[in-house]
Amino acid sequence: MTSTTVYLLAASAVFGIGVYGLIVADHILRKLLALNMMGSAVFVFILTVAGVTPEGPDPLAQALVLTGIVIAVAATAFALALMVRMFQETGLTSLQGHDGDD
Amino acid sequence: MTTEALTLLVFAPLAGALVMVVAPRRAAAPIAVLSLLTLPPALVPLTRAVRAGELVQLPLAGFAAPLGIVWRVDALAVTMLLLSVAVVLLVSLHALASFPPERESGQRFWPLWLILVSSLHALFLSADLFNLYVTLELVTLAGVALIAVRGEPAAMRAAMRYLLLGLMASLFYLLATALLYGQTGTLDLYLVGERLEAGGLTAIAVALMATGLLLKAAIVPLHVWLPAAHGKAPGPVSAVLSALVVKAALYILIRLWFWGGGGQAGEHAALLLGVLGALAILYASAAAIAQRRLKMLVAYSTLAQLGYVMLLFPLASAGAYRAVVFHVVAHGIAKAAMFLAAANLLRALGSERLQRLAGAGSRHGLDVLAFALAGVSIMGLPPSGGFVAKWLLLAAAWQERGWAWVVVISVGSLLAAVYVFRVVSLAFAQPLREPERAASAGEEQGRAQLTSVAALLLAALAIVLGLASAPLIALIDQGLPPGMLR
Repeated sequence: MTSTTVYLLAASAVFGIGVYGLIVADHILRKLLALNMMGSAVFVFILTVAGVTPEGPDPLAQALVLTGIVIAVAATAFALALMVRMFQETGLTSLQGHDGDD
Repeated sequence: MTTEALTLLVFAPLAGALVMVVAPRRAAAPIAVLSLLTLPPALVPLTRAVRAGELVQLPLAGFAAPLGIVWRVDALAVTMLLLSVAVVLLVSLHALASFPPERESGQRFWPLWLILVSSLHALFLSADLFNLYVTLELVTLAGVALIAVRGEPAAMRAAMRYLLLGLMASLFYLLATALLYGQTGTLDLYLVGERLEAGGLTAIAVALMATGLLLKAAIVPLHVWLPAAHGKAPGPVSAVLSALVVKAALYILIRLWFWGGGGQAGEHAALLLGVLGALAILYASAAAIAQRRLKMLVAYSTLAQLGYVMLLFPLASAGAYRAVVFHVVAHGIAKAAMFLAAANLLRALGSERLQRLAGAGSRHGLDVLAFALAGVSIMGLPPSGGFVAKWLLLAAAWQERGWAWVVVISVGSLLAAVYVFRVVSLAFAQPLREPERAASAGEEQGRAQLTSVAALLLAALAIVLGLASAPLIALIDQGLPPGMLR
């Protein structure tokens, strides 16, 4: 088994766990953690499939991952702020249940 | 000249947003107006250049593709930009009254609003898969913040659900981008289109990307977040979310499919996308009929109208392309008018239950008129823009002998007529009891009138689009995807 295969398998497993967590978890914080796991898996994936060229490491892939991390941090910060505000307004930390739509 | 215009479209609203955060309160309104008013003059040279057959390009910071990021404007991009600027300006008129820039609510609203405009324009200009990811993420974040901007509990829950699903969708898209980059060694959409070869990896990449984009575009069955998000958002926000933001995801999908080699996924994939569209038309129209709240009805109508766009994938002809792009424009304008009118009625009546609409026709005539005119376009009655779009689409389906699509398009229009007439007939029904008239101050009255005027202008534009459709169709025809013959 080459190192590429190991990385790909690891990335797939982490991505799958993330999707599972996002669907199953109740607390919004857990859902956000799951999303961040999915993100990390994608970053590992990018570096595995595109990170190495015959001439050495691919700088573009590194730049993509770096930008991706910045976006993930910003989105997570925003989501956390929204979660805190939602808790203050509604006392809820989950999206389950009644939506008051009828 | 055209490169300056390109940068203005993105950086004028962005600069406006940033300056507004630090500027004193009373400067907010002039800043907002100024940064928005630069947009139409910026569009003029661009449209002229594209009409003259030019392909306007701007390699950002001077780095050319395949390594650098290129902004590229063709006829499709200009069409989307024209739609965006028209809708944003008229909806901003509403927002000037419903979110006065000098008040607390406006101070929160306007910077986010301008950032949304800026990132939407960057998205329409971009021709780079990763840059598209970044702009799509920006659009989502700004959209989510705008839904929750009033801090109402129901809107915040809807915003949170939209955010979580939107982030997941982005990651699907990013994963697919990685696959495509690994295969082709470039992120430039057009180069990817040239280098991509059919195969298992391509199919997986296209499937992942389509899933992410369909989730963002709320195509049935991936629509669960949209009705609440668009229904609970403030009026101007709902208008732009339905008119532009969901279309942005579909725009990327169309680009990817017809320019970026996504069509390699094959006819069965295209058929699947079309079937999803048909499902969206039938299911969401029926659901709209069953709604008991005005804005939810309008939100379900958006879901249904998005379905028509998906019919482009199986039909894949020049006629269908022309029809679908025209539909995107016509629906964007009509739906923005409809959401603004619905928000005005909701505000005036104090309730969004459809039953409370009884008698609104005489007391809130302007808003009901705007709703009805927009409804004419949504149903596809002549002489509206919606009529031209549906007619072109029917003709295209007929030409391709897609009888099933012909039936779906016709039934969808009938169902649309049912839900629009339901609202309009209620508005002209006798009220059950005379509601107490709310005494309103003079300033509030003036604001209410401005909001009604904004809705009415958009609705009028939706009708005019049908009467003067030739220039737009000529522009659309100029941007036919490669390989599609007129």
